[in-house]
Amino acid sequence: MVVVRSRLLAFACMASALALGACSGEKSADAGAAGDAVSVGVLQSLTGTMAISEITVKNAEMLAIDEINAAGGVLGKKITALVEDGASDPSTFAQKASKLIEDNGVATVFGGWTSASRKAMLPVFERTGNLLWYPVQFEGNECSPNIMYSGAQPNQQALPALKWAVEQGHKSYFLIGSDYVYPRTANLILKKHIEKGGMKVLGEAYVPLGGTDFSGVIAKIQQARPDIIINTLNGDSNVAFFKQMQAAGMSPAKMPVMSFSIGEQEAKAMGTALVEGSFASWNYFQSLKLADNDKFIAAYRAKYGADAAITDPMVHGYLDVYAWKAAVEKAKSFDPAAVRKAAVTLGSFDTPMGPVAFAANQSLVQKAYIGKLKADGQFEIIADSGADIQPEPYDPLAFPGKSCKL
Amino acid sequence: MDSAALLLPQLFNGLSVASLYLLAAVGLALSFGLMRVINMAHGEMLMLGGYLAWLTLMVVPGGFGIIAALPVAFLGTAAIGALVHMGLIRRLADRPLDTLLATWGLSLILQQAARDLFGPIGVEVRAPDWLSGSFTLAGVVIPSARLLIIVMTILVLGGIAALLDRTRVGLDIRAVNQDRMMASATGINVRAVELIVFCVGSGVAGVAGVLLALLGPVTPNAGQVYIVPAFLVVVMGGLGSLTGTSVAALILGLFTALAQIFVDVSIAQMLMLVLVILFLQVRPQGVVAVRSRALDV
Repeated sequence: MVVVRSRLLAFACMASALALGACSGEKSADAGAAGDAVSVGVLQSLTGTMAISEITVKNAEMLAIDEINAAGGVLGKKITALVEDGASDPSTFAQKASKLIEDNGVATVFGGWTSASRKAMLPVFERTGNLLWYPVQFEGNECSPNIMYSGAQPNQQALPALKWAVEQGHKSYFLIGSDYVYPRTANLILKKHIEKGGMKVLGEAYVPLGGTDFSGVIAKIQQARPDIIINTLNGDSNVAFFKQMQAAGMSPAKMPVMSFSIGEQEAKAMGTALVEGSFASWNYFQSLKLADNDKFIAAYRAKYGADAAITDPMVHGYLDVYAWKAAVEKAKSFDPAAVRKAAVTLGSFDTPMGPVAFAANQSLVQKAYIGKLKADGQFEIIADSGADIQPEPYDPLAFPGKSCKL
Repeated sequence: MDSAALLLPQLFNGLSVASLYLLAAVGLALSFGLMRVINMAHGEMLMLGGYLAWLTLMVVPGGFGIIAALPVAFLGTAAIGALVHMGLIRRLADRPLDTLLATWGLSLILQQAARDLFGPIGVEVRAPDWLSGSFTLAGVVIPSARLLIIVMTILVLGGIAALLDRTRVGLDIRAVNQDRMMASATGINVRAVELIVFCVGSGVAGVAGVLLALLGPVTPNAGQVYIVPAFLVVVMGGLGSLTGTSVAALILGLFTALAQIFVDVSIAQMLMLVLVILFLQVRPQGVVAVRSRALDV
């Protein structure tokens, strides 16, 4: 008992020591570039309900930074990464973003996952004129010059998923999501397209982020008997959802589920047996057969463990760092305004998910894939969009007449 | 959607949600009734229960590991409860407000400890095959895991009622509850009684943590989700009454489940808060008012 207690104390001390260490990052002006180093921020949730997804994105971003440093850095400067914890809390994200930019003077920030966190950070980046590289699929309906949206727009993930479901003959849908801006907007767009296609939305349910009580939602699904469930839950609510679905006799094998936020890492953390047979739509799967992908997986595993799972947002986080480096070198400056102008004129560049490019609206031109989760935790790619999809921040059905011009 | 068809399933779901609220709240109710201690670290006992289930499943794999985990979690969290009581709460006995702050700090420390020991992502506790199915009764699909939770809650409540009503220790607890000074004057070791109550309360929370792991994630934050409903149940039940706590848990569990027929989970939770506020306006003493000198200020 005494051992346990002293260990607790030791951990408490370690935790505060770490926090202090993180606070003592170097302070510098001129967009983070002082002397022979340039500092950048890495801001993900290392704790809280989103940690299940975001820690590995931080790892991938750090891997890219280490690789670039090993290869000589950017414009002859080594990158110093200042890692901060957004703690799954939007206001913490905003506060840490402002700390990174205004106190630490970083040149740019890589991070964010939930749209709630991005929306909270947006005013900070617009006020300071800095640049955020956002690695996750989202709901569109936003267009800021201070964010590089590398994750999928709705027409690069949600709509290809719907198109696939229609091709499978699914006619009735049940939409379930966490209760915040991404699931609500994604479902708004999906509903418009489902109704336009003459199909039915049998129900729509939202659970607070991190919520674990799905009893009512599952009773509704049992009543509605949809052909397929489209799941936009984020974080560890998914664990509760799939556990309770299974307890109610509706495992993914019996009731198809298409998820937008479950990748290889989430499936692994949840226990593959729980989600085996469910579908996902992403721009990248670990099972993609590409030489660049093999190289990335090998490098990541060499650094973070041989059984590490690789996900779409991790690859986006990784390619964001390289895109920033390329844009800085093209602009010959760390100034965020010059960097973002250079980034959209980079043209196509190679990444673990194949060649991609930033469009003029600062979103990524990329392909979409549909995967089915196998027992070994990998997705079998069962459909793809074929050609690259141009990003459309404003869905023409849900937000007619709006467009993104930067 | 057909609301009438959802009524029966939601009544059952309400019972199962009420059971979880009750298991989470019993320890709080007991320790507040007896010591006027508001234990902010109570949610972390649930969390620890979940991790103890995970540890037990590593040692005892197979179908009945989860059953083995119940006594392990009870004893483990009870032991930690004993440490908390002797190391923290006893030393702040006459300063209830300070205990509030100290136990809140303890809650943060325990969460961080779990993060450092087991990782921030959480661990995998799967229901065994015999618990992951469901059966249909009167047109209602009843998941076995939820049924187990209801049964365990009845057993735990029965156990606590028997402890309070039929044993010497229970007599002491009731005596201290009614009049601490007088009980002390008749030779009852008040400190020991408090320790026992705190351990039992923590142990029950540990059992709740194991059962929660069947339905939800086991993460360092797992306890935080249930601590607010648990406090609501205690406040609404009337401080320090087991019957009141049970009735309040039933009311709140059924209310949220039935409200979910018509509204989303987020709105249902808000309505639950409104219900508690309105209820306390009409009946500030809670469902059952205990006349107790321990509560006289």
